[in-house]
Amino acid sequence: MRRFEYHEPATLEEASRLMGTLGQGAFLLAGGTDLFVEIRERLRSVAHLVNIKRVPGLDRVEWSDRDGLRFGALVTAGQLEASADVAARYPNLHAAMRALASIQVRNRATVIGNICRASPSADSIPPLVADGASIETFRPEGGRSIPLAEFFTGPGRSVLEPGEIAVAITVPPPAPGSRRAYLKHGRRKAMELATVGVAVSLDTADGICTGARIALGAVGPVVLRAPQAEAILTGSRLDAATIEAAARQAMQECTPISNVRSSADYRREMVGVLTRRAVTQAMEQAA
Amino acid sequence: MTKTLLELTVNGEDRSLAIEPYRSLLDVLREEAGLTGTKKGCDVGDCGACTVIVDGQPVNACLMLAVEAQGASVQTVEGLQPGPDELHPLQDAFMEHGASQCGFCTPGILIMAKHLLDQNPLPTDEEIRFGLSGNICRCTGYTKIFDAIRTAGRRMAAAKSQSVEA
Repeated sequence: MRRFEYHEPATLEEASRLMGTLGQGAFLLAGGTDLFVEIRERLRSVAHLVNIKRVPGLDRVEWSDRDGLRFGALVTAGQLEASADVAARYPNLHAAMRALASIQVRNRATVIGNICRASPSADSIPPLVADGASIETFRPEGGRSIPLAEFFTGPGRSVLEPGEIAVAITVPPPAPGSRRAYLKHGRRKAMELATVGVAVSLDTADGICTGARIALGAVGPVVLRAPQAEAILTGSRLDAATIEAAARQAMQECTPISNVRSSADYRREMVGVLTRRAVTQAMEQAA
Repeated sequence: MTKTLLELTVNGEDRSLAIEPYRSLLDVLREEAGLTGTKKGCDVGDCGACTVIVDGQPVNACLMLAVEAQGASVQTVEGLQPGPDELHPLQDAFMEHGASQCGFCTPGILIMAKHLLDQNPLPTDEEIRFGLSGNICRCTGYTKIFDAIRTAGRRMAAAKSQSVEA
């Protein structure tokens, strides 16, 4: 690996101060599964690594009926995958974790690292956007809570300021009758980046959809919501014709590009297929 | 650059190694600890040839700094044998089934298969596929690898039930 200076701050204050004083060549290290690849492939010029793994209190997954799910910046994809609370209450997030890279990578990669990397194809982002998650940050002058849907400003870019550190994700508790799913499409089943990823989060009461959130991954500069498709589902009985209409509408609401993994036309087509399947799959779950 | 003193347990043995903090666990295992069983395939976490177990969890040794293993317990393929003249059931079964062709993926697959069978000695094909999805064999030897894992799993489950009965 190319040489860099290595730092192990014991607190967030110290980590933030280091990031400020070390300047542009300084990078935060949590899981490292993306960063080490970028260093080796010379995609990033790293002079200093600031490893936050010794900062206490960032490695927990917590659930409560009142506040929902909360997990810290050092929680790995494998940890969330193994959480019974996540599997039972956030099946879309659970499915995304199982679809991310490999077991070995998931044991190192942090979910918040996957989020802060801000790739439009990141598996962790669509379910969390669909479920209304927020990201909590640390700043020396006081942290903030940012809705995840407003966190990303473009591929690889977010609203994080220099020296600001993402410390936790919070997800509201699912309403009774809520149904969720995440479907990932790629050329193979494992070790794949999503060609398209679709997460749905539906609220239902007495067979009627009372709220719908659809998040589309890898079909825009950031993970997108499909508000008009959501409006088609809301208030309906989620019959086949309504689901089909919503799926067609979601195809109009995405803005895919053509790249090495897929053409834009194919991505748009798959948004329709996956939206239909994800809504159907979510409705097949026991309430 | 100043070196860091890395203290860790490798295959049950305490080791102290003076290393530069920018070196990967993979490079340090191979070049400083002298354990070349763990292979460097892609060096970017795609192939699984460098899979080792750190504190009970399989990881890609190329995607981890050696300094991050401070105080950790690491198991490599060299630590699979229960004794000097004894092979792990997986190693026996890999030989019997001819589950190793060029052999480069074998150490990582053995480690990953051990982790799988320790949790689930009688996995379904789908569970083996899921468990090995981070390990690539480019000699296309998956059929024999699956056969060997199933054989080893059956023997491990049988040995376990025997020791429970005894």
